[in-house]
Amino acid sequence: MSEHPTADSIARYASGDDLPADVLWAVEAHLESCETCRLRLADVAPPQVTALTAVVWAGLEPTGAPARRRHRLARWATPSLLPWLAMTAFVLLAALSLDWLLPTSGVSAAVLLLAPIVPVLGVAAAWSRGMDPAYELVVSTPRAGLQLVLRRTFAVLVVVLPALLAGGGLVGASPAYWLLPCLAVTAVTLALGGVIGVRRAAVAAACAWAVLVIGPAVVVGGVPGVLAPGAAPVWAAVLVGGAAAVVFRSAAYARL
Amino acid sequence: MARAVSAAEVAPTGYAWQVEARGLRVRAGRTMAVDGLDLRLGRGVHGLLGPNGAGKTTLIRSLATVLRPASGTLEVLGSPVSGRVDLRGVRRALGYLPQDFGYYKRFTVREFVEYMAWLKEMPKRDVPGAVQRAVERVGLADRADDRLKTLSGGMVRRAGIAQAIVNDPEVLLLDEPTAGLDPGQRVRFRELVQELGSDSCVVVSTHLVEDVAAACTDVVLFDKGRLVFQGTPDELAAAGGPDDVGDSPLERGYSALIGEAGRW
Repeated sequence: MSEHPTADSIARYASGDDLPADVLWAVEAHLESCETCRLRLADVAPPQVTALTAVVWAGLEPTGAPARRRHRLARWATPSLLPWLAMTAFVLLAALSLDWLLPTSGVSAAVLLLAPIVPVLGVAAAWSRGMDPAYELVVSTPRAGLQLVLRRTFAVLVVVLPALLAGGGLVGASPAYWLLPCLAVTAVTLALGGVIGVRRAAVAAACAWAVLVIGPAVVVGGVPGVLAPGAAPVWAAVLVGGAAAVVFRSAAYARL
Repeated sequence: MARAVSAAEVAPTGYAWQVEARGLRVRAGRTMAVDGLDLRLGRGVHGLLGPNGAGKTTLIRSLATVLRPASGTLEVLGSPVSGRVDLRGVRRALGYLPQDFGYYKRFTVREFVEYMAWLKEMPKRDVPGAVQRAVERVGLADRADDRLKTLSGGMVRRAGIAQAIVNDPEVLLLDEPTAGLDPGQRVRFRELVQELGSDSCVVVSTHLVEDVAAACTDVVLFDKGRLVFQGTPDELAAAGGPDDVGDSPLERGYSALIGEAGRW
């Protein structure tokens, strides 16, 4: 950037006094690129100019007093997510009562089997046209895309994980069994969502989980191998891979 | 304290047209709703006119970066929006009012417009003032703290216009904005649109020829996904002869250019 003009030349520029042509051009070119000097120019502007700009700024100012804002929660979850939360609570309750009604030996099954897939259903609800009335408005804004998807996913996890912890604690399903699979399945769903849309990805993940894990577990009984603590390194790898895929394909989320 | 404009406000634009489409094709479901469109829109109010099913909404949605074009190029504010690109810069300068816009019923007008301002990544300190100003411009200042579900249809639509203009958009897209407004509000709306069109590119989709006559500097006539005519309202009126169907010169021009497609 060129050197800042002197206070004198800025004052003369502001008042419209005669400036040598070369100085005038230099000042003008500098003002275009330097905010500090525009402020200095504004400070020394003659009264007739400040009167005019004051009128223009006054015309741009709101006349009423802006009020305090509320509803910050909307930044993290759509207001229409409440029915979904009720549904999740119901599903968890159903799983818990199933565990109580059908006492199995050792580790309880239903909560454990459902735990990894519950957040995925929430993610589907957080980013679907049907459940967000303002969807059309939201998708045309800059914050739509990965940032909003992650915020809403985070909101879902914040609600679901404590509920799962509490429910699992009641029936004795340790988080060591389900926490990593839960996060890994969520990450894979988001990664897949960048390709086929979050809602479809969530449905696909839920179906795959039902067929590959819940089905065999119900038939055979007991804790399936994929949920055993020994599978944790695999789930950790899946979680990292899914998260990396999400980050690398972040632009794909702009239009889901 | 004196105020100075920011660097972004004095920066020269790097594009010739706010909206430029070449051979644009956009799919809506199974049909190609916009099929080979060449269009250039600059500053001013552009009335997008055409029969039902002409592809107006699809075109507006692709301009709003909601739909991805199937082929062709589409540039908004000089940056391409057709591929898998970062759209955030363009979206910050967009204002969009969809035809049927959903909203959160429990929000007040102010909360709704503030939420949209947040989604548009406006600087935090500008938001309360900008929201108040937008609400005042659409004449909802006295209802700003009422919940949206208590408002009439016309007021909700004005709240929709307020969220579209809250970020002082360079490109403002309004899809059927006058639906549900009474005649007095319609007049006020046209004044507002003319005011906005003096320093930004406003695209108003409508099927009301009188809206175009009153508010638009430019008419874009659109049928079956293609551009039929682009020119001033006077040029559209001149296209019609005394034998054409219609009650006003503009309507006669419209029916002369659209022909059989405009009838049912």
